[in-house]
Amino acid sequence: MTRKRRRLYFLGLFMLGLGTATALALVAFQDNLVFFYSPSDIVTKQPAPERSLRIGGLVEEGSVERGGAAAGKRVEVRFRVTDLQHTVPVVFSGILPDLFREGQGVVALGKLGPDGVFRASEVLAKHDENYMPPEVAEALKRSGRWNETGGQRK
Amino acid sequence: MHRFANPARFLRMAAAVLPWSAALTVGCLGAGLWFALFDSPADYQQGETVRIMYVHVPAAWMALFVYTNLAIASAVALVWKHPLADLAARAMAPIGAAFTALSLITGSLWGQPMWGTWWVWDARLTSVLILFFLYLGHIALANAFDDPTRGNRAAAILALVGAVNVPIIKFSVDWWNTLHQPASIVRIGGPTIDSSMLTPLLLMAFGFTFYFVSVLILRIRAEILARKLRTLRFAQGEATA
Repeated sequence: MTRKRRRLYFLGLFMLGLGTATALALVAFQDNLVFFYSPSDIVTKQPAPERSLRIGGLVEEGSVERGGAAAGKRVEVRFRVTDLQHTVPVVFSGILPDLFREGQGVVALGKLGPDGVFRASEVLAKHDENYMPPEVAEALKRSGRWNETGGQRK
Repeated sequence: MHRFANPARFLRMAAAVLPWSAALTVGCLGAGLWFALFDSPADYQQGETVRIMYVHVPAAWMALFVYTNLAIASAVALVWKHPLADLAARAMAPIGAAFTALSLITGSLWGQPMWGTWWVWDARLTSVLILFFLYLGHIALANAFDDPTRGNRAAAILALVGAVNVPIIKFSVDWWNTLHQPASIVRIGGPTIDSSMLTPLLLMAFGFTFYFVSVLILRIRAEILARKLRTLRFAQGEATA
């Protein structure tokens, strides 16, 4: 075995070991690496109340209610976040991102109250991987090939 | 591969390639920017803001592509001790760092209007930030020793250790839920981007690639000359001593 070949095998083994170690570490920290929990996670895992966490999902169609603007207070928005299996009601007062609308993906940071209502201190919009001009989106909707829940092409 | 390890042969080839790659850079970036900024539609959801994509996505691809090349060059340098591989790795790292910085900055500028935040610590954004630090670490380590061969060796090991981050970045959006969207182009089931937007995006990506090739040639050339200068100075110092 030449020295070059020995170095090559050593490097291969080194990378294999490093890759395995990283994979194991990532699997072990799986729960800490997710950016948000889905409504189903919230229902099954029952996080401790008053613990700050993020939930993500779609804004349920027809669930957005904007409260009246009381003097000196910000407008309170109520909506439900769904993953099509479970839903979590959310209240938020503050500035919503431009992309926020019914059927849109959102990620909200806040705390789950004892009443099961999620009090958000920040709401971010999450968009999907589909890019198309407005005319194409219209045509897809007209031809009925539009999946409203995800806005995805089928 | 071993044929290209000869610096003299590399310099001859580089001289032949450079005018072509430079011309293709100008052509692709010119056409790409024209389509991206003026002759492509707005997005149905994101409106005109989608045009940030034409810089952000190619920059992010290049960040990964350059790092992959850096890791390969480092492996070749460690196993076969080709002198040109070390020089190539040294020449590549700052270009990759610049592409990574560009993708982080444009991503931040895109995130504010679309997501509502400049930055979040999700898996994709964090792993790309680590990639940026790996590039900076590589540059620092390669220059941290008086003897460049020791610097090269340490930097090559760092580059290989950091290579595990490349698949993590690519698949971060599939393995964990993130605020960043999943892949639109390189994905199972084909691109989910309209062809009127895919064309300028690919033109920009080719433009970035030819830019990388051109700048890499210039930088490796400079590294070869710098090394020659070092040897000459060293020889002169020996002679006068």
